[in-house]
Amino acid sequence: MADQMTGGAMRWARVAGRGMIGLRLDLGDAALAGAVTGAAGVPLPAPRRIETAGARRLAWMSPDELLLFLPAEEVPAMLEAIRAGFGDGFAMAVDLSEARALFRLEGPGAREALAKAAPVDLHPDAFGPGDFRRTRLGQVAAAFAQVGEAPETFELVCFRSLAEHMATWLDTAGAPGAFPGVFARA
Amino acid sequence: MARRLPDRGRLIDRARPAPFRWNGRALSGFEGDTLASALLANGEVLMGRSFKYHRPRGAVASGAEEPNALAAIGAGAGAVPNTRATTQPLRTGLEAASQNHWPSLEMDVGELNAFAAPLFPAGFYYKTFIHPRQAWKHLFEPVIRNAAGLGRAPDGPDPDRYEYFYATYDVLVAGGGTSGLAAALAAGAAGARVLVVEQSGWWGGRAATDGVTIDGRPAADWAADAVARLSDMPNVTLRLNAQAAGVYDHGYALVAEQAPRPAGASGLRERLWRVRARRIVAATGAIERPLAFAGNDRPGVMLASAVRDYLDLWGVACGERTVLAANNDDGYRTALALNAAGLEVPAILDARDAPAGPLVEAARAAGILIRSGMGVMRALGRKQVSGVEIGRIDGSGRAEDRIACDCVAMAGGWSPVVHLWSHCGGKLLWDDGEALFRPDPDRPPLSHDGAGFVIAAGTAAGRLQAPTAMADAHAAGLRAVEGLGEPVSPSPIPAASPVADAEAEGDLRPVWTSPARMPPKLASKAFLDFQNDVKVADVQLAAREGYESVEHAKRYTTLGMATDQGKTSNIAGLAILAEARGAAIPEVGTTTFRPPYTPLTLGALAGEARGPLFKPVRKTPMDAWHDRHGAHWEPVADWRRPYAFLRDGERVKDAVTREIVTVRERVGMMDASTLGKLLVKGPDAGRFLDLLYTNMMSSLKPGKCRYGLMCTEQGFLFDDGVAARLSEDAFLVHTTTGGADRVHAWMEEWLQTEWWDLKVHVANLTEQYAQIAVAGPKARAVLEKLGGMALDGAALPFLGWAEGELAGIPARVYRISFSGELSFELAVPAGRGQEMWDKVAEAGAEFGIAPYGTEAMHVLRAEKGFIMIGDETDGTVTPLDLGLGWAVSKKKTDFIGKRGMERSDLVRPDRLRLVGLETEDPAEVIPDGAHALEDLREDGRARTAGHVTSTYWSPTLGRSIAMALLERGPERIGEVVRMSNGADAPIPAKIVSPVFFDPDGERQNG
Repeated sequence: MADQMTGGAMRWARVAGRGMIGLRLDLGDAALAGAVTGAAGVPLPAPRRIETAGARRLAWMSPDELLLFLPAEEVPAMLEAIRAGFGDGFAMAVDLSEARALFRLEGPGAREALAKAAPVDLHPDAFGPGDFRRTRLGQVAAAFAQVGEAPETFELVCFRSLAEHMATWLDTAGAPGAFPGVFARA
Repeated sequence: MARRLPDRGRLIDRARPAPFRWNGRALSGFEGDTLASALLANGEVLMGRSFKYHRPRGAVASGAEEPNALAAIGAGAGAVPNTRATTQPLRTGLEAASQNHWPSLEMDVGELNAFAAPLFPAGFYYKTFIHPRQAWKHLFEPVIRNAAGLGRAPDGPDPDRYEYFYATYDVLVAGGGTSGLAAALAAGAAGARVLVVEQSGWWGGRAATDGVTIDGRPAADWAADAVARLSDMPNVTLRLNAQAAGVYDHGYALVAEQAPRPAGASGLRERLWRVRARRIVAATGAIERPLAFAGNDRPGVMLASAVRDYLDLWGVACGERTVLAANNDDGYRTALALNAAGLEVPAILDARDAPAGPLVEAARAAGILIRSGMGVMRALGRKQVSGVEIGRIDGSGRAEDRIACDCVAMAGGWSPVVHLWSHCGGKLLWDDGEALFRPDPDRPPLSHDGAGFVIAAGTAAGRLQAPTAMADAHAAGLRAVEGLGEPVSPSPIPAASPVADAEAEGDLRPVWTSPARMPPKLASKAFLDFQNDVKVADVQLAAREGYESVEHAKRYTTLGMATDQGKTSNIAGLAILAEARGAAIPEVGTTTFRPPYTPLTLGALAGEARGPLFKPVRKTPMDAWHDRHGAHWEPVADWRRPYAFLRDGERVKDAVTREIVTVRERVGMMDASTLGKLLVKGPDAGRFLDLLYTNMMSSLKPGKCRYGLMCTEQGFLFDDGVAARLSEDAFLVHTTTGGADRVHAWMEEWLQTEWWDLKVHVANLTEQYAQIAVAGPKARAVLEKLGGMALDGAALPFLGWAEGELAGIPARVYRISFSGELSFELAVPAGRGQEMWDKVAEAGAEFGIAPYGTEAMHVLRAEKGFIMIGDETDGTVTPLDLGLGWAVSKKKTDFIGKRGMERSDLVRPDRLRLVGLETEDPAEVIPDGAHALEDLREDGRARTAGHVTSTYWSPTLGRSIAMALLERGPERIGEVVRMSNGADAPIPAKIVSPVFFDPDGERQNG
């Protein structure tokens, strides 16, 4: 039962070329929210959720904050479009593409690897595809979402300056023979 | 002698021998043994030495409560000291060693302490080492330090790995005995997410050993079936070798799990589960209590339940002839088990006058001699018990008879393990009938919603008899799922309450010592706390000396303060204290139960946070380049920054000097990416910043920068930096490296809690940009060579900024200076930082450009008298103290800190204020933090009138310079003060202006 997952249970890679736009707005303001969803073509995510449409994802960061993931080359035009949509409204769209590092975790051990460092209920009944958490991994601020089911796939962002630390952590957490084997039963 | 029997031993696999080493000697046990059972099987009864008197000791118990048998497991870096031999699983190749003796376990010089025992009463250290005062530091403490401590720390980095695991459950069941399994079945069948943890390596607890039947079957069969049913429930997780070690607020619990692994193999050793549970069922069982009689610490004197466990679980006889000393019926089970195994039980000494009941009758029927009203007066023998002198329990202690034996089984009653109930504030009741503290179900630890979140179950709830324990545990499981909402996947067949059967037991007689009223001579040999060598006489002495509170008596005697936290001794200790005080036991109360239940290793607590993961290190986009180019690193907040760039063979000091000269004479470049960069945007951004900064920011024009100060509400300076106005509604606020997150949080807090009507958003852009400072007379020449932007004084004046492309890279260029030189800071997208760095270095080559580090930056700014947050400030310094009154607005009606600064203490004329210091000998650098010494006080020590905040050798000026906070400093320019210099003579220094270089600020204009 215990430690049933061994080598290769979790693969990870750093994802390049993904842009990020930070958005602050009143999510209940239809015009402002519409400016985002209209320009991005992604529906507004519910609290602690992420929505995906094609190569773009829109994550709920806080009651007045969203994070839009999109191909890096689309960022300037998207910023312009969203800002145009905001007009004189009280809202902010800012390019954060360079400020963060993005990782992709995949495999049957990915969920348990995250549970080694994030105080989040990662049981499959509690955290599934489209769920998103802004939390910490060990000592580092991070956010992650489940973006795929078979194999289970997660995307994870942290501050750019901590990318090396995160890589070391991922190698450690995903080391063979070190999975509790709890979620694998579910 | 202790030996392995040819039969019995439910936990061992006789087909799988496990050779191991004990103190270097080769011994053999079986898979399934603990270290303690394997040692006993090899006749090794002596397992360690006690802490204070170095008395020979053997295992008392068979589980987590063991006070004596502590061993070092493994060798070298991977060794773990102070491991309980009774819970350490035996594995092939295990290396174990006894502790706390020299030169050997059998022959220990420290045992001489025992002969001096009359000289070491309770409180000996407190009483003895008070005078003379000097002797403490130089004589007593070093000697005591040397003798103190159990075990030995490993001598190298731990080769094993440790990790955390965060898990959330509806119900955590602590304990996998029959009670825990019954509770888990009830909760699991109701559909709750359940985690069941058991500290040992087997399920079912001690019910099987005690001969309990459940639902008509032997307890072991019932337990195996229960585990099978639980394993089939997808909503239930079962973990062996996992101890619920602590319960904390809001259903948070720590579970320490030992990872299974072969001996010697390095890998994952422990996993610390950090569990969130809505309810915690404490099915933690009970611990048997020893009886206090003289010599009760001799190896071979053990708990009756442990003797029974060794026999039944591991097929080990603890002795050939065992005397049972009991005050209750349960102990008779041990006599019966020994008798059935063909081992001698020469007598049962029962403290009660007329024992009766099925167990007593069974012992009589088996022909075992029962001597009622009798007890052990003294155990004989040294390294192993060789016999007992017995006498009337209510007598004077006089021996009436002597019985030869090599094992004594003590049955002093049971104490429920209430630790998990109590960790978070659950209260206890004294149960007079059973003579035990049990959880008071009306006063559980409360969760956020006011509901109790720990439920004691079965034996841990004080239900010592199997039939009531099982019913209680089932009910506890049902109670745990009450009100938890929709079940995940309820079973179609709800669990029925298991029905247990066991022999009925009569009343216990609550005697704690033998004899019941112990004469001093015996009391000074009768041990309560085996690990800390606390005797009955010590507790009596404490009571006589006025230690009425159990918490005080505990600390005075050290009862319960050893690594076992007095699991076997606390109840008897407080009963004896109560008796000595003439008080009732519940009046005395218990000491506080604190987590963890048994000690956690430092490795388990550290988890993954070791080596490169010990602390996150933030790295800038140019970090790798710096590392390749001789960076001598220093930590700045969580970042690492180059202190200086060392060339081949260069000393750090020389590199710093070279870098300073390079900036002053030619041009230098510095990685300033770590500076905080906060975007403050919205129609009220200017108003907001006027409230945050002491100076005016709303009047700043787009395209311009302004230096500003931020204060706390108390008026003390806490961050500074340059704000750039990007547009009518947006500012980019630069903070100190360490202040970025703090200032960001500060802004959010004010916006969210006080000024939520202000239309302002804040974004932390610190890492979006790489920032490069280019400073020195040739700075403009270098940047103009890159091409793309007009950077002359007209296009980009001092404290201006411009946006464009520099060397084909989008850049924002700020003309700001922290060195006093002509200086630009280039902000480029972080991903292009290295590219820009390379281009600047290449363009600057012909001008002799060189990278400079944080120390050169510090000296350059100090030469200019610029303050540094954290050097010139320490949380008690105001802008006015630092001569920065010009940056404190007098026009603004309000800003954070305005009222604070008006308080009388902050406008006191004799406050410490910033000045410069020049030593009389220009080559002499004042030590950092040196105090300005003034007239002597009455006690002969000098009064201090201030202290140095920054001190450097200035290559620019060819002399030492320092900044200092001095009483009335600026009024005393020209005076000479004496600065402390450790043991050496004070250094005379002249008070000067803190601006040492280029006072008119001409150089920054190029």
